[in-house]
Amino acid sequence: MTVERDVMEYDVVVVGAGPAGLSAACRLKQIAEETGKEINVCVVEKGSEVGAHILSGAVFEPRALDELFPDWKDRDAPLNAPVARDDVYLFRSETAATKLPNLFVPKTMHNEGNYIISLGNLCRWLGEQAEALGVEIYPGFAAQDAIIEDGIVRGIVTGDLGVDREGKPKEGAFTPGMELRAKYTLFAEGCRGHIGKRLLEQYNLREGVDPQHFGIGLKELWEIDPAKHEKGLVVHGAGWPLDDANPGGSFLYHLENNMVVVGLIVDLSYTNPFLSPFDEFQRFKHHPVIKQYLEGGKRVSYGARAITKGGYNSLPKMVFPGGALIGCDLGTLNFAKIKGSHTAMKSGMLAAEAVAEKLAGGAEGGDVVSAYPEKFKASWLSDELFRSRNFGPAIHKYGVLLGGAFNYLDQNWFGGKLPLTLHDTKPDHECLKKAAESKRITYAKPDGKLSFDKLSSVFLSSTNHEEDQPIHLTLKDPSIPIDKNLPLYDEPAQRYCPAGVYEVVDADNGGKRFQINAQNCVHCKTCDIKDPAQNIVWIAPEGSGGPNYPNM
Amino acid sequence: MKVLVSVKRVVDYNVRIQVKSDGSGVVTDGVKHSMNPFDEIAMEEAVRLREKGVVTEIVAVTIGGQKSEETLRTALAFGADRAVHVKEEGDIQPLTAAKALAAVFKKEEGKLFLLGKQAIDDDANQTGQMVAALLECPQATFASKVEVEGETAKVTREIDSGLETLEIDLPAVITADLRLNEPRYLKLPDIMKAKKKPIDAMSFADLGVTPGAGLKVTKTSPPPSRSKGVMVKSVDELVEALKSKGLI
Repeated sequence: MTVERDVMEYDVVVVGAGPAGLSAACRLKQIAEETGKEINVCVVEKGSEVGAHILSGAVFEPRALDELFPDWKDRDAPLNAPVARDDVYLFRSETAATKLPNLFVPKTMHNEGNYIISLGNLCRWLGEQAEALGVEIYPGFAAQDAIIEDGIVRGIVTGDLGVDREGKPKEGAFTPGMELRAKYTLFAEGCRGHIGKRLLEQYNLREGVDPQHFGIGLKELWEIDPAKHEKGLVVHGAGWPLDDANPGGSFLYHLENNMVVVGLIVDLSYTNPFLSPFDEFQRFKHHPVIKQYLEGGKRVSYGARAITKGGYNSLPKMVFPGGALIGCDLGTLNFAKIKGSHTAMKSGMLAAEAVAEKLAGGAEGGDVVSAYPEKFKASWLSDELFRSRNFGPAIHKYGVLLGGAFNYLDQNWFGGKLPLTLHDTKPDHECLKKAAESKRITYAKPDGKLSFDKLSSVFLSSTNHEEDQPIHLTLKDPSIPIDKNLPLYDEPAQRYCPAGVYEVVDADNGGKRFQINAQNCVHCKTCDIKDPAQNIVWIAPEGSGGPNYPNM
Repeated sequence: MKVLVSVKRVVDYNVRIQVKSDGSGVVTDGVKHSMNPFDEIAMEEAVRLREKGVVTEIVAVTIGGQKSEETLRTALAFGADRAVHVKEEGDIQPLTAAKALAAVFKKEEGKLFLLGKQAIDDDANQTGQMVAALLECPQATFASKVEVEGETAKVTREIDSGLETLEIDLPAVITADLRLNEPRYLKLPDIMKAKKKPIDAMSFADLGVTPGAGLKVTKTSPPPSRSKGVMVKSVDELVEALKSKGLI
């Protein structure tokens, strides 16, 4: 199908209105204001509004925000719950836990000066700041692909609207996507961006670095009994329900207004194909340490999102002709701190500064902004990521106890500067053991009070997709789920998907059939990452589709 | 012909509504808002009437706080030529809204007033009717088809027993039902253009309207949660179960 597309031209197009993309857009406009040289900036966002697809813990370190808007307090930024106390637990079993003495907690896990926030609300606020600075933000428009001409990224094309299940234009509704052309395009799609993935391959940006590593974060927002609420309390945990072969960590933060968030992060390097991150999360909430707060409360929202956590050792090249990767599309999360917001913001700001220099020099665009990686290298961001480079690999290699001891030494005694670097060179999708060699896990039925089933959970994410549209979870080879993944791994997609998108059901011919309920998809990208055959490819559905996370 | 379309900012239809724990209302902070879907249909109809050459000017009007401006921008992206923002914070009751909308209609000397049949937040389904009464003009509610010819409009209405067709003299008030049309997708260039279109701001005082409080919300509560289902093995068992509950 060839269609006529409208074309708009900008100096800079940013893909994704998250912390990285919005910070980049704000910084560009601030520089334009300072220098009096106009820079046109456009941000496209696949969510129905800014913040709709944002999901994070989140304990927020304000370092980058202090730099971007030093007067953020006067501007009413939604940072309302300063961290009051850090509790760190080692969960030993479904009933036992040991609280770590503060002394033995790795320094990076201390949160004085940080805030418990809703990152979605921070992004909504950043969006307002950006618009006030003159940035054009278009939510509901998904970047479908990059425009690449003669090896140069020239912008993006937004998705067509009004296309039916078979890919045919719908009568009276079809609206072709637009070409948004730019001198420089910044990709801030978040973890496992579908265009970012293509760019990493096309420009061979991963050459010479460790494979990227991921986790899946599941989170719920609860309103709890005011008597149990302790604003500013941060609880982190390691251990149960996960273990060294299937690692991860948990969190519980007390926000303002009697709200708490509770979550579990499961490393996507987990090995047991029978593991279900969703069900692990549900049973985690029954642990006495967690239950004491949640009991009698009401669950308000649910969501899940993959996390890029490879850090320094997995950082790819950041630039290519005509553009750059920023934020989690690049992989700037600091795993030792389990924080990626301030680093994402900083990477966006650094890229913006480098691009602004180019534009000020009269650049035509389309070239490599090499000043961005240089500025990155010279910044606190690079230093911070360098110091944390061993944290993840240590846990993965040595387990929670020994790895944790290593991290305590490395972080508290050497400031992350132990003269050795641990590498984790096995990609996450290769980590699954065969079903035949693995122990089947039986999860207890949800009680409907603390634990819930997948469908009622997805319901709380307010997820919606236009029904009559092409399925946005595509299979390179449709036979793999049933012919290979099912016998080898009992098709793990049924379990790693936190939204019940994938089901293996009885087929009419007496065999099995792989069913994709694309409408449930919360855009977490776990399937694209964890599928052992790397057969599932996530592409952007019609704009506005996906979750509508409130206060997440 | 000048047509006015009223648009309201409401919690988005995809959002799972949460009732505040003290029962004073529903949670609106940090929740996605958008244009009331029935107002989108009214807006789309206005644009189609213009495409047919019947309408020459479309004015979108809203009542609400600063954030309602987003809703007006959406209306402008749909194709409204300009917008009127009655800037008032807080909860506005149907009669107050109707008085303000009627005042704007008079001021604008409109010929046709298109509204959504109801807003999906309070489901009051009163404003359109009250606007017509205040303007002392004909009304056709729950429209599923609108044809305008000269000084009259032929409106097909969805009623309990089927369809009813009315012919009404203009100026008139028409409220849009679900099947009137399917609103188009907004195009990026139209959203861009909408940012530059004019919005007149005014207050209740400017319009000579005194906000009333005829209605008092005493309590907001969520619907009772569904009790667990029971599996029955046969039709007989089902009939028996329904009978025992007095349902048949």
